[in-house]
Amino acid sequence: MAVLVLAEHDHQTVRKATLNAVAAAQKIGGEVHVLVAGHNAGAAAKAAAQIAGVAKVLHADAAQLGESLAENVAALLVSLAKGYSHLLAPSTSTGKDVMPRAAALLDVQQISDIVAVESPDTFVRPIYAGNALATVKSSDAIKAITVRTTGFDAVAATGGSAPVESVAAPADSGLSAFVSREVQKSERPELTSARIVVSGGRGMGSGENFKLLEPLADQLNAAMGASRAAVDAGFVPNDWQVGQTGKIVAPELYVAIGISGAIQHLAGMKDSRVIVAINKDEEAPIFQVADYGIVGDLFQVVPQVIEELKK
Amino acid sequence: MKVLVSVKRVVDFNVKVRVKADGTGVETANVKMSMNPFDEIAVEEAVRLKEAGVVTEIVVVSAGVQACQETLRTALAIGADRAILVETEAELQPLAVAKLLQAVCAKESPQLVILGKQAIDDDCNQTGQMLAALLGWPQATFASKVKIADGRAQVTREVDGGLETLSLRLPAIVTTDLRLNEPRYVTLPNIMKAKKKTLETLKPEALGVDVKPRLATLKVVEPAKRKAGIKVPDAKALVDKLRNEAKVI
Repeated sequence: MAVLVLAEHDHQTVRKATLNAVAAAQKIGGEVHVLVAGHNAGAAAKAAAQIAGVAKVLHADAAQLGESLAENVAALLVSLAKGYSHLLAPSTSTGKDVMPRAAALLDVQQISDIVAVESPDTFVRPIYAGNALATVKSSDAIKAITVRTTGFDAVAATGGSAPVESVAAPADSGLSAFVSREVQKSERPELTSARIVVSGGRGMGSGENFKLLEPLADQLNAAMGASRAAVDAGFVPNDWQVGQTGKIVAPELYVAIGISGAIQHLAGMKDSRVIVAINKDEEAPIFQVADYGIVGDLFQVVPQVIEELKK
Repeated sequence: MKVLVSVKRVVDFNVKVRVKADGTGVETANVKMSMNPFDEIAVEEAVRLKEAGVVTEIVVVSAGVQACQETLRTALAIGADRAILVETEAELQPLAVAKLLQAVCAKESPQLVILGKQAIDDDCNQTGQMLAALLGWPQATFASKVKIADGRAQVTREVDGGLETLSLRLPAIVTTDLRLNEPRYVTLPNIMKAKKKTLETLKPEALGVDVKPRLATLKVVEPAKRKAGIKVPDAKALVDKLRNEAKVI
């Protein structure tokens, strides 16, 4: 039995989500191999080889893998699947795009977003926005799985010295082509791996008012997030969204400001270690999950918190 | 150009779901059911493409129990032209649904299939990608913008860290993200009109699809409840707690 983990990388380094997926692979058992699919991603393959507990790195280098097009990456996964009992990918936008395509080509029913491994064929996954946890057992020969990164503590990024083996990539499908990418440039930590997250909701009132949270995030070296209500209202971009339909985060500290705490938002942050809520509505459901709450006008409270933090 | 849209009947997003006492699932009896919100966005997008003159016919498909007819009627009221229900009492998992949709696509030959990126009941986020794989078509998941021109679909996708634009050869699969559009409200005249539109019923056996589940649900439990904490009077007290009690800053 061996487990193949599809690495999330930027061609230079391996993203942290990969380390969470490797942790899930280790819980399943057997040898853990990591697949780095990309173009000129040798540095990422070297980085993957250093991940603790990885036995082998498969490196597929081809122009058609450069932009992680689902058609090409899924075909690669399928070409390698025969030697593996499990295929894993972190539940990132790439993992969620690629893995179901590979699963269908292999005629297996994917298990999405696992948060625990009970045995090599039985897994726990949240359903209904995390309002229930289902334990499911797969009868498929190959298990295709996406891993909710907050469910597994990352393994160490260094300490391993796995061999890197080159593997061939299937030809370009020709079905789709990459056109462009707009990356949000930010000095802040990445939302899903930040130690502290400061999030704003509909209570912020406008996109302009989110500027009020910036000095707070600066002071805490935090990533910035938002509720779906704030995204829907057009205050901030969608990739800030924390919740069932956005990003799932579990930082050490989550600060929810002007967020009422709809089920769909709680689904994305309730596993945070410490939750702080600032809301003027005393009855807001966010207070039911917050460790520390302040009932008050955020436009007064937030500047005061910033002042206190400076002391 | 013909477009096919799939819709799923799910527990309404405003309902607070309860896990059944026997741990076999969540309570769905006497609970308000609605169209999966992402599927509503998919129907709306198809209707907008039709209004823009790009699409000539919208076929909406659902798979599941007889009551899915209501969901299909809602889609017809938003503006779909006709509906197909693949009726079954069986539990349907994404791979099975993708195979049913594949069979419907073989009959209907659409140039574009639009699906919600994820259903808010099982939160799987698989069916669109699986359908694309089975048909050998390109896919653009998590779409926030769709443009059809010159036999291709140009789709902007919501990805981690920003946006990405792909160009797909048609026929193609698109799955919707939140910001693609804001679905219209269904008006009474349109609900009345929808009642007269064609709704065809098929059976999985007639489509030659084996829908047997591959995953067995062993149990369903409520997640551990998070204990509510304390209210603190002011910013000073909050920062003090975070520094000295939680020791998180």
